[in-house]
Amino acid sequence: MWKWLHPYANPEVSYHLTNRLLPWLSAFSAIFLSIGLVWALLFAPADYQQGHSFRIFYIHVPAASLSMGIYVSMAIAAFSSLVWQLKLADASAAAMAPVGAAFTAIALITGAAWGKPMWGTWWIWDARLTSELILLFLYLGVIALHNAFEDKNLAGKAAGILTLVGVVNIPIIKYSVEWWNTLHQGSTVSKLGKPSMSLDMLWPFIFCFIGFSFLVALIICLRFRNEILARNSIRPWVRELVKKHNS
Amino acid sequence: MTLKTQSTQETEKLTAIIDDSVIKGLALEGDTLHNSELQNSELTSNAQSSAQLSYRHAFMLVLKRDLTIAMRHKDDIINPLLFFVIVITLFPLGIGPEAQTLSRIAPGIIWVAALLATLLSLDRLFKSDHLDGSLEQMLLSPHPIFVLVLAKIFAHWLITGLPIILIAPLLAVLLHLDENSYSALFLTLLLGTPVLSLLGAVGVALTVGIKKGGVLLSLLVLPLYIPVLIFATSAIDTAALGLPYSGQLAIIAALFFGSLTLAPFAVGAALKVSTN
Repeated sequence: MWKWLHPYANPEVSYHLTNRLLPWLSAFSAIFLSIGLVWALLFAPADYQQGHSFRIFYIHVPAASLSMGIYVSMAIAAFSSLVWQLKLADASAAAMAPVGAAFTAIALITGAAWGKPMWGTWWIWDARLTSELILLFLYLGVIALHNAFEDKNLAGKAAGILTLVGVVNIPIIKYSVEWWNTLHQGSTVSKLGKPSMSLDMLWPFIFCFIGFSFLVALIICLRFRNEILARNSIRPWVRELVKKHNS
Repeated sequence: MTLKTQSTQETEKLTAIIDDSVIKGLALEGDTLHNSELQNSELTSNAQSSAQLSYRHAFMLVLKRDLTIAMRHKDDIINPLLFFVIVITLFPLGIGPEAQTLSRIAPGIIWVAALLATLLSLDRLFKSDHLDGSLEQMLLSPHPIFVLVLAKIFAHWLITGLPIILIAPLLAVLLHLDENSYSALFLTLLLGTPVLSLLGAVGVALTVGIKKGGVLLSLLVLPLYIPVLIFATSAIDTAALGLPYSGQLAIIAALFFGSLTLAPFAVGAALKVSTN
């Protein structure tokens, strides 16, 4: 059943896979993001309470949920690298950490910008905001630990253990709005069946969300490629590539 | 047939004795007074001819060793405690001596100081063992790393966590903590400081092989401490209002038992990475 996965443990095969994926990912993210953002920022109806400032929602929410999603996929990669000793899983976790940190920062900054007109304050020590901030610290810790080791293999393993320890935080962020009923509003989109927002607001969100997801996949793919090349720089196939590129 | 089984039994015994002496060797640390005592216990344990050192025995040996070392370097125990006291005395000086303000912020101050004092003392947990090579011997011994690590963490808690718990009420008096909060302070510290030691051990184990690990350690460990801090201070605040705080206490207890069962595994894996 898992046989089709085995070839991708080889860095060369994975590298060529990313080569084939890149044009698709960039095309999809460009299409979805341009449709979604234009629709969301220009044509979607303004909120009856929040006016036009609610439109930051279309960046804030995808960034926030992707910040958690990236962490979970990083944890899965770390787990598979620790259990099955897949070196490429390490490379992918290393590729994901800065992207996740960037999206967490985007979520926090857009949240602050949204909070100023709505709540009248840039920051509040609300459960969800605090736990998202902890998530940012966790990302930064993983990155710092990664940079502290000379040996990339050791760095991957150590950062992997830290990632798995920090995964406890994810459910806390996810359910913080339900457990502690504080200032941050509850989830509006993901209620299956009947989302608590109108459809002409929801559709642009779906486009934005898919577009951002493709964008994340694209960036991770690019970084993953770099990681593969950096880690295999002495291999003959990489030298071939460089020669081909130079000629 | 019988000869063969006998000989295998013999070798088993021999390996058991060797394992014993490896751990005992760790326990000795060039100490002659303890030497005879330990040898006696070694003899008795061999006389019992237990095929292997039991988990409890291994745990007690490592614990005894760590406590003995700590007793020889008393400043290791006293310095974090002094740090804890000094940090707490800084706050009234910086904020002002109004009793009302102080009693309002007392839980936070005590807990943050306890957190920092634990962080400061964490370095000792594996560093010296890593430098003199006994950590590798422990990893090589046939006993599960879980037991040995748990013993070391327990020793660390006895050396740093317990003194903090004992001295905290005194400092609470200095900070005019609400009278209703004393039991809450005691209970949260009792359940919370082991969590600090357990989670901190993961961070130390990850950074023990790195030269400039100190700052990195705080970067890794402090975010993990935040939940304990939040629930502990919330419990103390709730107690000050005369309300039941069993909910927060239950969450800290859950954190304690969760980290007690999972953290030693993470520490073991991290130590294997660090010692390479």
